[in-house]
Amino acid sequence: MNQLWIIANVTFREAARRKILWTALLAAAAFLSLFATGIHFQVKDVHFARVPPLIRAQVLSSILQIGFYAVDMLAVLMTVLTSVDSISGEIASSTIHAIATKPVHRWQLLLGKWLGFAAMIAVYIALVFGGVVAIGHFIAHAQMRGSLDGASFIYLECLLVLTLTFLFGTIFSTLTNGVIVLGLHGIAFIGGWLEQIGTVTQSERLINLGILSSVIMPSESIWRRASYVMQSSVARTLDLSPFATRSAPSTTMMLYAVVYLFAALSLALYRFQQRDL
Amino acid sequence: MPTDLAIETTGLRKQFGSKVAVRGLSLQVRRGEIFGFLGPNGAGKSTSIKMLLGLVKPTSGQAQILGCPFRNVEIRRKVGFLPEDFRFYDWLTASELLALHGRLSRLTPAQLSERIPAYLDLVGLTPHRDRRLRGFSKGMMQRIGLAQALIHEPELVFLDEPTSGLDPMGRHLVRDIIRGERNRGATVFLNSHLLSEVEITCDTVVFIKQGEVIATRDLRSSPEGEIHVHVRANNLRQELLAGLSQWAHATQLQDDRLTFSTNSMDSLPEILRYLISSNVDVFEFTPQRLSLEESFFKIMGEDPGQ
Repeated sequence: MNQLWIIANVTFREAARRKILWTALLAAAAFLSLFATGIHFQVKDVHFARVPPLIRAQVLSSILQIGFYAVDMLAVLMTVLTSVDSISGEIASSTIHAIATKPVHRWQLLLGKWLGFAAMIAVYIALVFGGVVAIGHFIAHAQMRGSLDGASFIYLECLLVLTLTFLFGTIFSTLTNGVIVLGLHGIAFIGGWLEQIGTVTQSERLINLGILSSVIMPSESIWRRASYVMQSSVARTLDLSPFATRSAPSTTMMLYAVVYLFAALSLALYRFQQRDL
Repeated sequence: MPTDLAIETTGLRKQFGSKVAVRGLSLQVRRGEIFGFLGPNGAGKSTSIKMLLGLVKPTSGQAQILGCPFRNVEIRRKVGFLPEDFRFYDWLTASELLALHGRLSRLTPAQLSERIPAYLDLVGLTPHRDRRLRGFSKGMMQRIGLAQALIHEPELVFLDEPTSGLDPMGRHLVRDIIRGERNRGATVFLNSHLLSEVEITCDTVVFIKQGEVIATRDLRSSPEGEIHVHVRANNLRQELLAGLSQWAHATQLQDDRLTFSTNSMDSLPEILRYLISSNVDVFEFTPQRLSLEESFFKIMGEDPGQ
């Protein structure tokens, strides 16, 4: 087990040194600054002060949803871009040879790397998500609900994406891996929209297409669940945007996402065990 | 089960699709020897090493490392490996890299604190111990790679082109380190294209072609190198060749010309006596020493890469 933690530790430190992570953190800092400034102006706006408190709360809630959506998007992109070459890149560059020939089981190597990235993603989400929550609390003075649950769902989504980059990294080259994972996430995103539109227009076919896309790739469903648990009940009925959710994915879908993640991780471990390095 | 063999393989084969990389490698490496693994590019040397180290799965065949099945992960505590073109996370310092690899090889903190400075010193990198690898030259990377392969004092060390990228002083250092490993009792499995290096370092060499051992030479019993002999004589007969085979190999007879190879100068007078006593009239008997490089070309053919 010690070997697992050694690998996880060095992977975390390796991931934390990647330029792409720092670029993503800079992007997040820029976003948070812009977001904070925007909310500040909105709250201080003279006309906004005259808006009834209930409507004002809904507006602020919607703006915060945009913030959470941005956190979700940044976290998913950062996850893919930092981890996409973790397996395939190290195999291609032969960096993995020096470690894989030590008394380390292949499963320890892959799972250790996965844990290292999982820890790095947790820190990233804590920082950026925490930034939005802090802005909502201290600048907008908004009532925040379900933040911890929401952050957990965003983390689950990132872990799912991470697991897929690991799985495809054991099969394909870095570039192909990135294209496949982002492509799948794109399918999930479009599917999520179709399902939302289908809910409004009561089109069963659109809803089914959305569900099918969630079965293929549940990442967008997880975001919509995150969004759902964080938005107010009034906003749930009013909003229709990628930042908010009218039809919340079921608990069954979330359980499916967790099973999907573990299945993908098991498959990645099996593939990595079998493949030549 | 204790064995005097560090490596034993039987019919080790690797096929990538329809391409056969290693046809059927069968070899034995004795404990404590420096073993040279020679062959042209594409002969299957790297794939063979990767199979022995568990990086590549053989299509068929068996192998034992230090008396254990080669797939046993725990046996790697006793195995060191310097990959060709060693690379690692370049943000680590030389000391951190050795600490990481030492920990992965299950060294205790006390062993680490003792061995990290010792092995940095061994490879001449003590002044660079706190420098990050990204500032290292190729030669320095080879040196730190060598240190990570040895820090756990393995019983068997695989060195894949250890002198590549090294200047003459670096090569000299590697030669000394390899000899030091032998003195420590370790077995060294050396894959190198530098035949002159191999010749002065190795105890035994095997020549690999298309993933098969096609010749073996014991450099300890014939340190002067292989001797190629040309004979011109009358009354040379085919039946003489059987008797000649006790000293000679690669024997060829054509009319009044006989050529053969032998591993020892001491056998030449006996061979000459044998020919004369067999009523052969010898006009010319010309021994010529072959360097390992000449042997290599002779064994591999004109275009070894084909």
